[in-house]
Amino acid sequence: MPIRPVPGRRSRILQGGYEPMTNVSIALVSTFVFLVVVTLAIVNAPGWETVKQSFFNAGEARDSLPLVARAFLLNVKMFLIAEVFILIFALLIAILRGLPGPVFFPLRALAIVYTDLFRGVPTILVVYLLGFGMPGLNLTGIPTSPVFWGTVSLVLVYTAYVSEVYRAGIESVHPSQEAAARSLGLTRAQTLRFVIVPQAVRRVIPPLLNDFIGLQKDTALVSVLGSVDALQQANINSAADFNYTPYVVAALFFIALTIPLARFTDWLILRERQRRQAGGVG
Amino acid sequence: MSAPAGGLVVEGVRKSFGKNEVLGGIDLTVAEHEVVCLIGASGSGKSTLLRCVNLLEPIDTGRIVVNGEEISAPRVDVNRVRRGIGIVFQAFNLFPHMSVLDNVTLGPRRALGTSKANAEAQARELLGQFGLAEKVGDYPDRLSGGQQQRVAIVRALAMRPRLMLLDEVTSALDPELVAEVLEVVRGLAREGMTMVIATHEMGFARDIANRICFLDGGVILEQGPPEQIFTSPAEERTQQFLARIIAAGRM
Repeated sequence: MPIRPVPGRRSRILQGGYEPMTNVSIALVSTFVFLVVVTLAIVNAPGWETVKQSFFNAGEARDSLPLVARAFLLNVKMFLIAEVFILIFALLIAILRGLPGPVFFPLRALAIVYTDLFRGVPTILVVYLLGFGMPGLNLTGIPTSPVFWGTVSLVLVYTAYVSEVYRAGIESVHPSQEAAARSLGLTRAQTLRFVIVPQAVRRVIPPLLNDFIGLQKDTALVSVLGSVDALQQANINSAADFNYTPYVVAALFFIALTIPLARFTDWLILRERQRRQAGGVG
Repeated sequence: MSAPAGGLVVEGVRKSFGKNEVLGGIDLTVAEHEVVCLIGASGSGKSTLLRCVNLLEPIDTGRIVVNGEEISAPRVDVNRVRRGIGIVFQAFNLFPHMSVLDNVTLGPRRALGTSKANAEAQARELLGQFGLAEKVGDYPDRLSGGQQQRVAIVRALAMRPRLMLLDEVTSALDPELVAEVLEVVRGLAREGMTMVIATHEMGFARDIANRICFLDGGVILEQGPPEQIFTSPAEERTQQFLARIIAAGRM
């Protein structure tokens, strides 16, 4: 993978005054040396042969890959469905928390209790409680699928986090923007819809994506309910042969999904910074 | 006091923020087509008075009547009232995520229900009149301060207000950009727009105003025609204020 220096990151003074090409060469050499040292340290460890056999077994990897890949589609599906609901619900909660006046106190209080509760309880506990508890009620019409309740748990937990991100964005929009919109005769709802929320969302896209990287990984928690996602499939395969390679395969799938999103987030942050610098007065 | 058909009547308006009384009983009548300039030191209550007239700040006591309607009465539809009153802010307060055209059409489209096509046609015409035809598609942060403030004025005018409130509209501008904005305001005055203008530009106030009000400590201490206020002010505080302005070379 080619390594390029990130343009515009630091001033010339901080870079030490080298020419850009020299910087690239230094980065390449130091990365190479670092990798060689780490590799040598691991390969020469006393237990390396055993670890290699049980974690990096090529045959095991080949056998488990198609199964883990198919199971991983479930993670992707849960992630995509959960994300849509989280984006909508979290915005609603954030708006509820910002409602002014004593009339809306119950709604504000409800939103606060909700975020406190679901940010406070470990995600895996929510998955257990809903995944085993809700079907256990034996209510007619209520789904019993672990995937359903697992996804609901993720939506509940991440909605709490993401609503705080939205709220920070909404509060970062200067009150003079609201004054300008209201002075035109726009209602409070129109002001939110056309002036406040569009600016707030633009500002919080990087932290929002950061939470979604977390969500992608946490889809694996649903495996504790017995549904066959990538982690559960790796469990099954590794238990059959007493070999941990399928876990590494599953890990690689998660990385393959999160790294592009992480780089995309970096790119957005950089672009926003450059846009602001170019904009000058802002 | 009977309210005139058009214009603005402010009666005994008081406003406090916590223990700090910003307006201590304001009485002010502005006839239709009249231009009144509010002068006075920072913190004398000029901005707060304008924000109260636009119902951006609730008043504690008193009455405000605009175009014959008591807008400070309870249960008045504040959104409807604000549609008829334009306000321009010191810091422009344009919407940074919208183009110039969208800034100007937002009010007519969403508050008045004007169709997109009509609102845009009107906006283009207004922007053209104010020398901004080239800037229709630009975003606010690409414009100079003077251009931004002119867009803000057009945005307020697009609502076809009968009363305009200008809150130190040149105070955030570089000196060389002040003239272009003041010229726009002069044009509005010539066309007979009823205006209440808070300003630190004394020369401008003298030219444009039918009447000058000197605010001090949240009350109108003295008011009268510009010649009288600027040449022979009766109150000692007014004399001191004007002496400071002259000493600062702002006149």
